[in-house]
Formats: sequence, structure tokens, C-alpha cells
Amino acid sequence: MLSRTAANLYWTGRYMERADFLARLLDATVRLSGMPTTYGDPAAWSGALAAAGVAEAFARSHEGEPEEAAVVRYLTVEPTNPSAIANCVEHARSNARAVRTGLTREAWEALNSAWHEIERLRAMNPAKLEVRELTETVQRAVAVFDGAAQRTMLRDDAYWFLQLGAAIERADNTARLLDVKYHLLLPRGEPVGGSLDYFQWSTILRTVSAATAYRWVYRDTVKPWLVADMLIFNDRMPRSLTCCYASIVELLDRLGAGSGRRGPAHRQASKVQLELRENNVEAVFASGLHEFLDRFIVDNNRLGCAIAEQFAF
Amino acid sequence: MQLTAMAMSTPFDEMNGWPGDEPRAAYAKVKAWLDAAPPELLPTRRAQAELLFRRTGITFNVYGDPGGSERLIPFDLVPRVLTGAEWARIERGLVQRVEALNALLADLYGAQEILKAGVIPEELVRLNPQHELAVMGHRPSKGVFVHVAGVDLVRTGPDDFFVLEDNARTPSGVSYMLENREMMLRLFPDLVAKAGVAPVETYPDLLLDTLRSVAPAGPEPEPTIVVLTPGPYNSAFYEHSFLADKMGVELVEGADLFVRDNLVFMRTTEGPRRVHVIYRRIDDAYLDPLFFRPDSTLGVPGLLAAYLAGNVALANAVGTGVADDKAMYSYMPEVIRFYSGQDPILGNVPTWRCREPDHLAYVLDHLPELVVKEVDGSGGYGMLVGPHATRRQIEEFAAKLRADPQGFIAQPTLALSTCPTLHDGRLEPRHVDLRPFVLTGADGVKVTPGGLTRVALTPGSLVVNSSQGGGTKDTWVTDL
Repeated sequence: MLSRTAANLYWTGRYMERADFLARLLDATVRLSGMPTTYGDPAAWSGALAAAGVAEAFARSHEGEPEEAAVVRYLTVEPTNPSAIANCVEHARSNARAVRTGLTREAWEALNSAWHEIERLRAMNPAKLEVRELTETVQRAVAVFDGAAQRTMLRDDAYWFLQLGAAIERADNTARLLDVKYHLLLPRGEPVGGSLDYFQWSTILRTVSAATAYRWVYRDTVKPWLVADMLIFNDRMPRSLTCCYASIVELLDRLGAGSGRRGPAHRQASKVQLELRENNVEAVFASGLHEFLDRFIVDNNRLGCAIAEQFAF
Repeated sequence: MQLTAMAMSTPFDEMNGWPGDEPRAAYAKVKAWLDAAPPELLPTRRAQAELLFRRTGITFNVYGDPGGSERLIPFDLVPRVLTGAEWARIERGLVQRVEALNALLADLYGAQEILKAGVIPEELVRLNPQHELAVMGHRPSKGVFVHVAGVDLVRTGPDDFFVLEDNARTPSGVSYMLENREMMLRLFPDLVAKAGVAPVETYPDLLLDTLRSVAPAGPEPEPTIVVLTPGPYNSAFYEHSFLADKMGVELVEGADLFVRDNLVFMRTTEGPRRVHVIYRRIDDAYLDPLFFRPDSTLGVPGLLAAYLAGNVALANAVGTGVADDKAMYSYMPEVIRFYSGQDPILGNVPTWRCREPDHLAYVLDHLPELVVKEVDGSGGYGMLVGPHATRRQIEEFAAKLRADPQGFIAQPTLALSTCPTLHDGRLEPRHVDLRPFVLTGADGVKVTPGGLTRVALTPGSLVVNSSQGGGTKDTWVTDL
């Protein structure tokens, strides 16, 4: 496959995944900030900014404590925020448009329709913009796109690069989400299992649509280390780091099967996968969840660079 | 001239014929269907069509339009219908014409017999910037120059079809021919079936066969074919991606290709891969910065050397522009006679070459009734439509003409045929032309039945170009 085509598909996958994550994050944050202050979280909106990785950029253009309306606008339609949901969809579309031959008509139309829908919402008066309408539209669009890709695309390089981009982005998002909760939002001295804690960790589960799955897996109340275990190590949880890396390694194997070559991306992915395999949640908490996640995010970025190198993006 | 006089009368209508005629038999089924359709049906279907086109992203980009970068070409639901008999004659004429174009190019870049015979004035070739000296003496793979031609035809009466332009460089529009049919099949499946419409869906396969047939000989059993696009900002990008997709070949940009040892490769995820045939949708001037425009970032350095070494086929070949400019056009009937010994089946529109003093004098005297075009212009830009121009526009154009007579030709304002077209919920006559697509491979010339019908949506307008607000229609060749 053409390197540029591969790169465009990879980034289409990444941006669609990011749009979906941001939509879930917004939904969960709206819910969290709506709790009575005793249970809720006054810093919910700054937490959302941090999880989206745009806290600093936001602070540069806004003064004071982040407020709901400003954050929602920033994360959804703000033109200067490259990671705003509308911009993610636009980036995904322009990447896909440059390589229409790489996608099936169904997959392209799903993406193109999503873009038209988002553009319509973007053109609306911001005061009247319903967050829920936007987030639901995005989540539905990503699901339709994924479904169309899964049902109609040949199982070859095009499909695998698309999935590869999505898997790497998903791993990054999950790690950031956990990291934000850990080092920003767990107030010092708050007893573990206290009520504030409870709602914050529940919010994480909602963001990754895993609130119910958690019960099935652990049959326990919401506990921070179990949430971390689920999102880092559980191999049945599609957004866990372990699960993402199982996909990544498998996809890289498939992509390499044609040439029989294994490059720097294979090595980096295998290394991260091995580290996950040899670790567990107790050890991670003992040595520091933040340090673990920080290292993971750096490693995951390195994998992104290794992929660009290996496939000559 | 007869044609000038005709311009004054009411135009021939594809469905209703001359005023007072019975509706034409070719349209019997379409007309019966239109008459029976409830009044809201067509507007509803049109809205559906627009939605579908948008969703598919069948758009074109308009140069110099800062606001809307992606626009839909308006699609009109009423098809343009040709009978099998009408088409048979058109097809013979197209084959003859495109064979002559290929013979002409082989000659102009070879022995130049036609110049020696004095059929075409030498300076028309020697002074023509489109006559590409870099490829002089080069015989392209299998001798084919114009693999894809889009010949623009106009009609002025039941049996009067004329060639308006030979597009022998990188003609576009074929994706609309295919998508318009898809749309009609989707919106009016019964009607299409009842009318017995010849299929156009085979075009991508024919194109692929054509490109494959000119692959340079080599050890590889299967040649690698690519479509070369200037990129997503090009006005016809949708078409480029569409054709690559339908043929199942890579859509590449210049930066995806490179030349080593006079061989062309594309950069893939598994390393370099040799490319044998390039269906290029980039003009000559941008193909290779080492030979042509050095500032071009769209092309591939070294491509021309690889081409001249015979290691890659370009479709269309380099230098075809000399055959399709509007000055050469006026000699096409003689060109056809010279190479085939036959009379042209499809005539030319009478053309005054402003380079000839007596023609120029006539043109300057008759500007209000003529259409004047730049010799190397396209897209409907830079032309004067006399009957629709203001006095001032005519004076300005006259000054341009006097300054550079070589640069212009003039034609009578033809009464182009009209076709019923939906406007504000009613059917009104609008002028149409027709661009059939003609493929030439190692095994001869093939024409897909029909083509792209372009329609001028403004009442009375004769400019059908999509960049100037024209629309399109599905074109039916029926078995009647």
C-alpha cells in the first residue's frame, strides 16, 4: 500500500477514536458536574480539559477557573483547538478524502455524513448548541463508521492501518483518563472509598462505557484499584491498555506478514506488551500509578513514531 | 452563413422537436412518465438526489472561491435521450475523429507529413507552445497518444450534430456520467428499465483494459497502474479518486512517486514498487519540474526521462495539447480526410481563425452575433458570447482581438438544442451539449454509449461549464 495512503488511514482511525473519546468524556463530565457539591466535583471541568490533553492550551486563552460553557465550547467546536470534536471529525474526513480509494463507499459515506452533521451543529448559535445532541451524534457516527468499515472493508492493509490508528489512540485516551483522575482529582487525605472518590471513579467507568461491565467482572463496589485493574490489565475490556496492545501487536503482525519483515514498530509494541504482561495492579499502585501511566503514554507515543518510521509515512 | 441565421430561430428541443412538431419518439416513454408523475414527485426526487450526492461527496472545487470550497454540480432529473440509430452515427464519427487525432499527433511528433503536404500551416505547429519539443521523435507505448478523449458535441437539429471541441489532454466529467446513471437507477429504476437504456457501468473496466494494453513490455506479468492526481484541492479530485477506486488501482500524488535509473516507483509501506502506467490527471506543464515548470510541486522529477526511455506509459501522452487547441480544431475536417481518406462523419462548427486577416475583419464586424474563444482557453473562461454581451464588453473584446488575433477563434452563436429541465417545479427548455468519452488502447477505439450531458441552467444561456453554473443530466442511449 502507498505510504501516504497508509498514513491517511492511520490518522483517520486516530481522529475518529479521539472524537468518540471526547464525546464520552463530555457526557460523563456533564453528569459529574451536575452532582450536588457534596458528592460532585468542583474541578470536574478542569479534569476534562486535562484528560483531553488541552489544559495548558485552554489556560492560555481563558482566565480563571474553567467553567462549563467555556470548556464545552472549547472541546466541541472551538476552531483554535485542533482536538475539538468538530475538528477531529474534520481531520478524519480530510484524511479519508485524500485516500477515498482506501475506504469502501459505505465507510466513506458514514464519515462524510458525520462531517455534514457536525458542520450543521457547528454553524448553530453556540448558546443553543445542545451538548448531548453533539456528543450523541459523534458517538453514533463513529459507531456507524466502525460498523461500515468492519462490514465492508477488505481485510487487508487499509483496514489494518485504520484499526491500528484507532487502537493507539484508544490506549492513549484510556491512559490519560486514568492519569487525570489519579493525580489531579484524588484529593489528599480523602479516605479511599469515600463518597467523592466514588463518583469520580464511576465517572471514569462511564467515560469508557464500562460501568456495567465492571460489575460483571468484579462483582464489587467501585474501588479505584479495581477500576485501574480493569482499564489497564483486563484482557476482555476493549479499552484496556492490555487489550489495545493485543490488537496493536496483532495488526502489526498482519501488516508485516506480506513482506515478512519486522521493524521498529514491532519491537516497540512487543516491548510495551511484555511490560504490561509482567505487571499487575498491586505493583503499579505500589510504585505509583501516575509514574506508570506517564511512562506508558511516552512509550505509546514512541510507538506512533516507530510506525511512521517503519511504514515511511 | 446558414448557421448564423439559424441562431435567430427557436432551438430544436430534444423532447419536443421543432415548434409544432409531435413529441419525438425517442422520448415517448420518458414523456409519458413525466406526464403521469404527480407534480411534487420531481422536486422531491431532486432533493433526494442532492442529499445522496452530498453524502457521497460528489463535489467539485471551484478555483478562486474562498467561501464554498466544495460544491455540488446541479443534477437534473430529466434524462437526455438518444436513439440507438442516432448514437450509431455519433459513435462512428467519434471513432473516426479520435483515430485522426492519434494519427495527427503521431505525425506531428514524427515525420510531419501533414505539414509537408501543406494541409496545416506550419507555424500553427511550430509556434504552438503545446507542441512539446521535448518529446519530438518519441513514439509512445503502442503508438497511442490520446488514450482518453472527451469530445464535446452540440446539436442544432434532428440530424445535425457538430463537434465543438476535442479534449485530448485530461478531459474530466466521466465520473458524473457514471454517478448520474447510479442516481437515476436509484430514484427511477422502473423508468430506466422500461426505456431499455444501454449501460455505462463498464467504463472503468474499459479504461483499465485500455491502460493495461499500453503498459511497456517488461518481466512483470501484471503491470502496476496508478492514477496521478494533483491532490484533494484540485477541482476534479473526486473524479480521480472515483476512477482509481473503480479500477482498483492506487491514487497517487506526485510526492508518492520517484524515479531511479529512469524507472518510476511509488513509495509503499513495503518499500518501493515499480509503476508501469500512469493515468495522469496533471497537465504537461506540471508533470516534471526538471523539464517543465520548475516551480511545480505536483509532478515527479525525472518522470519525462523515464517516459522517453520507454519505461513508463503516460495516459494521455505528453504533448497532446497541440491537437486539441481551438486553432487546430478548425483544420480537423482536413486532418480526417488526410489520414483516413474519408469525409468526416461529424462536422465541425464553422470557425473563423482570427489569425487570418480576412477572418479577423469579418469577426470584428460581426462580434454581436458570434462566440469568440481563446485558442488555448477552457472551462468557459475568457470567452465572449456576442448576443449576450453588453456594448462595452464587445468593445473591450474587440481591443483584445486586435492586440492578439492569433489567440482567438470565432464561431456563430449556435442554437444549441434544448432539453426539458426542472426549474421551480416546472419543466423548462435549457440548452445542452454532450461529452462522450472515447478510449483508445493498443486494440483500437471504444466509446461508452452516451456520455455526459451538460445543461446551462440559466434561461437562454449557452454556457454549460460546471465552473460557470452549468448542471448535468443522465444521457440515455435507448434501443429504439
